[in-house]
Amino acid sequence: MRTPIFLLISLLIAAAVFGAAIAAGNDYIFFAGYVVMQYVVLATAWNILGGYCGYVNFGTAAFFALGAYSTVAIYKYTTNNDTFPIPIPVLMLIGGVVSGIVGFGMGYLTLRLRGAFFAIATLALAVVLETLVVNWEYVGGSRGAYILRPETVPIVGNYVRYLFLIMLLLAVAALTVARLIEHSRLGYGLATIRDDELAAEASGVPTLRLKLIATTISGALMGMAGAPFPYYISYLQPDSTFGFDYAVNSIAMALIGGTTNWIGPLIGAVVLGTLQQIATVTISSAVNLLIVGLLLVFFVIVAPNGILGLVHKYLRRKPDDFVGRRRIGIDAPEAAPQSVPGTAPGPSL
Amino acid sequence: MSDLLAVDNLGKRFGGFVALEDISLSIAAGERLGLIGPNGSGKSTLVNCICGTLRNERGSVRFAGQAIDRLAAHQRTHLGLARSFQLPRPFVSLTLLDNIRIPLLYTVEARGTRHSAQSVVARSEQLLSEVGLQDKAHKLPRDLTQVEMRKLELARAMAAEPKLLIADESMAGLTHSEVEDILTLLVRLNEQGVSIILIEHIMRAVMSFSRRLVVLVSGRKIADGEPNEVMRDPEVERAYLGQ
Repeated sequence: MRTPIFLLISLLIAAAVFGAAIAAGNDYIFFAGYVVMQYVVLATAWNILGGYCGYVNFGTAAFFALGAYSTVAIYKYTTNNDTFPIPIPVLMLIGGVVSGIVGFGMGYLTLRLRGAFFAIATLALAVVLETLVVNWEYVGGSRGAYILRPETVPIVGNYVRYLFLIMLLLAVAALTVARLIEHSRLGYGLATIRDDELAAEASGVPTLRLKLIATTISGALMGMAGAPFPYYISYLQPDSTFGFDYAVNSIAMALIGGTTNWIGPLIGAVVLGTLQQIATVTISSAVNLLIVGLLLVFFVIVAPNGILGLVHKYLRRKPDDFVGRRRIGIDAPEAAPQSVPGTAPGPSL
Repeated sequence: MSDLLAVDNLGKRFGGFVALEDISLSIAAGERLGLIGPNGSGKSTLVNCICGTLRNERGSVRFAGQAIDRLAAHQRTHLGLARSFQLPRPFVSLTLLDNIRIPLLYTVEARGTRHSAQSVVARSEQLLSEVGLQDKAHKLPRDLTQVEMRKLELARAMAAEPKLLIADESMAGLTHSEVEDILTLLVRLNEQGVSIILIEHIMRAVMSFSRRLVVLVSGRKIADGEPNEVMRDPEVERAYLGQ
């Protein structure tokens, strides 16, 4: 399937989701749905580096918070100087650029590290950035920052609906980018890095350049997901914005869904994100982490390749060689999007 | 005529251990060179220095008239230097066909020849059939035997359309007829103009393939010349084959 058609279908599905949420007639759905969509973006972004390329990033929160704090900085600037407030889509682009640049920088400094060492370095990045923000008075420091958001926006009406809509569109964009990468020359290159970097270099793959592209895109998408967050939460505080749960959740969602394919993080984020939202309302918000932990343990034991791996295993029993045929179909005119694509071993830690 | 590959006074240390010392070696276009030496003599280190997996500390490596010491491994591959690994290193999550496709996408295209998706697939299939793996094109490397792995390794190196191919122990553990298969393959490749360095312990294969033989012992080159003469060299006999 060509990308424009994929985009069109995704937009139609997004429109249907939005319509269904309106029809449900409960604004809490938008409030909870925003978080789920945010995790679709974060898990998808994480997967571009972690799943496709095999580099496990524990710094999701850092990139997310960078996007959020770019928004806070700009918000402070516009309110202090009484200038016209910048619309959220523009803030998202700015957050994306900031996080993308930091992603590139982080990549340049750390990509010579592999495996657990890279993961530790990304964790350190989050700590360093949090320290910087805590000591940055302009964006509120450790006290945090308040954002006054308008009650309504034209056309959409309720502001939370507007935020949900924006995050829904960003999710569509992120999935489109991920799918585009996966089916491209870049995607093949990233897969060779995941499998064997030495052999990749020997085959002519410029590994450092591809890894930098992956960290930049991944970081930028995380930053874009973070940019509207201050408007959603209205009180932004370093502690929670740099919270470790963003990192853990986005990794868990990608792993639970399946990492070698763009659908994996989508499934993982929708399943796990929804479960967490339901648990928050019905039991308590502290149960969230328990759910993540239990599901991860379950999947590591039962389905190490995630939900996609399970489906794929089931399909593989029938036709011979499903993996192969699907893989080939990637460049040739594409197979149906609903078909579950070839999966492979997940990222190596 | 200038040499295709010229290694000049190359030196490499690992801490206090001298892995290679003052290695000079040149290969002309179209040559068939055998490289032998006991285990730990520095053969693979030399290959790694030539291909850019390791950086040499001293000396220089020139390829096709260009100094390549400071180039990354993939840039050297783009220039026409290909290698197979001693232990096969396939891309485990990609099918055989896709394994072969990587050098086509990243090396052959980097040289400016763009192929359509179909012709890349056709070329990959052709390369696989040259090593007898056409029936497994859509399998994953984990479905292969060790021998097939080695064939895949060679096919992937060949896919980069190299000027010089370094085959690092690509026949270890193979049966008699399989060794013949691979030798035939290498000779055919050489007849198409590709220079080949064969690193091997199977003397029968080395002697029948090589037009020139180089012997490394403890990181030094102790002989370089016509294979039969080299094997008669008393120093080679002593150091390599034992008293």
